[in-house]
Amino acid sequence: MGSDVFMAKITYIEASGAEHAVDVEDGLTVMEGAIRNLVPGIDADCGGACACATCHVYVDSDWADRTGPRSSMEESMLDFASDVRDNSRLSCQIKVSEALDGLIVRLPEQQG
Amino acid sequence: MTSRRARGVLAGDQSSKGSAAGVSSHIVIIGAGQAGLSAAEALRKRGHDGPVTLIGEEDAPPYQRPPLSKGYLSGELPADRLWLKPPAFYDMAKITLRTGVRVTALDRAAKRVITADGEAIGYDRLILATGGAARRPAIPGADLPGVHVLRTLAEADALSAALQGARRLAIIGAGYIGLEVAASARKRGLEVSVLEAADRPMSRTASPLLGGWFGALHRGYGVDLQVSAGVAAITGAQRADGVRLSDGERIEADVVLIAAGLNPGVSLAEAAGLDCADGVLVDAHARTSDRDIFAIGDMARFDSELYGRSLRLESVQNAIEQAKAAAAAICGAPAPYDPVPWFWSDQYAIKLQIAGLIEGADQMVRRGDPEEGAFALFHLKDGVLIACEAVNSAPEFMTAQRMIAARARPDPDRLRDVTVAMREFLS
Repeated sequence: MGSDVFMAKITYIEASGAEHAVDVEDGLTVMEGAIRNLVPGIDADCGGACACATCHVYVDSDWADRTGPRSSMEESMLDFASDVRDNSRLSCQIKVSEALDGLIVRLPEQQG
Repeated sequence: MTSRRARGVLAGDQSSKGSAAGVSSHIVIIGAGQAGLSAAEALRKRGHDGPVTLIGEEDAPPYQRPPLSKGYLSGELPADRLWLKPPAFYDMAKITLRTGVRVTALDRAAKRVITADGEAIGYDRLILATGGAARRPAIPGADLPGVHVLRTLAEADALSAALQGARRLAIIGAGYIGLEVAASARKRGLEVSVLEAADRPMSRTASPLLGGWFGALHRGYGVDLQVSAGVAAITGAQRADGVRLSDGERIEADVVLIAAGLNPGVSLAEAAGLDCADGVLVDAHARTSDRDIFAIGDMARFDSELYGRSLRLESVQNAIEQAKAAAAAICGAPAPYDPVPWFWSDQYAIKLQIAGLIEGADQMVRRGDPEEGAFALFHLKDGVLIACEAVNSAPEFMTAQRMIAARARPDPDRLRDVTVAMREFLS
C-alpha cells in the first residue's frame, strides 16, 4: 500500500449517534471502509456482491449527488431492507474516491 | 435415521437448558473460515467474556471464499480485499487467532485439542468449523502436475499462476465453482472447456431449465461446454496435457481444474466418536452428540423443520447464521436455527440468487422471459412455495425468501403475471 494512495475522510454515524471518522482508501467501497475500520452496524454478509442488503446506509443529503444513483439491482435489493428512505444506499455499491472526501453516512437501527 | 438421532440430541438440549458456559470459560474454535470467524465475533457480541481461540489450518487469516472463483481469479479483486477483518479486529475483540495450525485430534475426555506439533489446548466449549476440502475423484492422472482444485486461497493462487501464460483450461464439473471459474477464465482470455458427466450444468442443485439456461449462457461466451461427458482420464506424461472422455474424445488443455464438490471435514469429529452421517450431526443449536462440542458451517448436518429433512448447506449464509446459533446457545440465549437457505452466483453479467431448495418440488412457475435475461423460477410442493431461482431478479428473490419462511401458497397465475408486483405477495 503506497503512501501516494488517496485516503478519503468518511464519517459513519451509528443509529445511537456514535460517530466514527475514518480514512478510507481510494477504490474501496464505503462498506469496506467500515469493515476495515471496525465500524459496527454494517454486516455485509455477502462481502459486497449486492446479494444480501445487509450494508444499508443513509447518505447525508449534501452528498447524494456525489455518491451517484443506485443501480437497478441495488434498487431492488434495497426495496426489502428495513426502514428504507430516499437517501438509502447499499454501502458496498458506493466506491470511494477523492470526490467523496468528507462523506457522511448514517447507519440504520438494524440490517436486513 | 439421521433425523431421529439429531432430534434426540435436540430433546436432550431442551431438557437441560440454561447450562450456559460461564462468562470466563475458554471457547476454542477449529477452523478459521467464514463460520469460525463468525462464531468468534458472535460470541463477543453476545457478551462472552472468556478467552476465544480461533485455530486455522491455512496460513491466511479468515477470508472470503466466494470471490476466489470470481473476482479474485479474474483479477478484479486483490488479495487484501478478501480479508474478513482487519488485523486490528482480533486485538480489539480479544480473539486469539492462530493460523497455520493443524489440529490432529480431539481429546473429549480431557476436553482438549491436540495440534500437529503435539500441543494440547484445553477448552470448555469447542466449536468445529472445519469446512472441507475440494474432492479429487479417482480419475487416472488426477495427481499429475497441472491438475488443480479450488477451495482455498492457496489453491486459487496456484490456479491463477497456472493460468498465467496458459492458453487452454479444461474444467471437470459444471457446478457453481466450475462455471464461475469458466466465466473468470474467459474474462482472462483463455479457451475454456467444461466437461460435465450429468446431462446439464448444475444438475445437483438447480432446475433443468436453469441449468440449461446457464449452459447456453456459457456457450454464448465461447465456452466449449459438453454435457453427458464422462471423464476417462486426465492425460499427460510429466504434466497434464488434456482430458480423455469415456467416448474416446480428447480435449487438449494446459491446465485442468477438477471442480467436483466438497468433502466435508468430518475426520476429527469421526475419530472422536461424534455422530456423523455426511456431516457432523447437530441439533437446532448446532450442538453435536457431545454437549460441549458444536459444529457449524459446510460440514454440519442439521434437521430442517422447514424442509422436513436433514440438511448440510455449503453457503456463506449458513456459515454465518449457524455460527450465531452456536454462539447464542453457548451464551445461554438459545435461538433455534431453521433457515430459508440462500445462495448466489455471479457469472459474466448475470447475478443468480436462489432462495430455498428445489428438491421435492412438484410444480414450477416461470415469471419473466428467459430470452430477456431476467426471470425467476418458482418451485412449489403441494401448493407451498419451497424455492425460487432468480436470474437478475432481486425482487423475486427477496420476496421468495419471506414467502418460503411463511410457507406461503401463492396463486400460480398471479405469480407468473409480471404485472403483479412481488410486494403484493407479502400482504
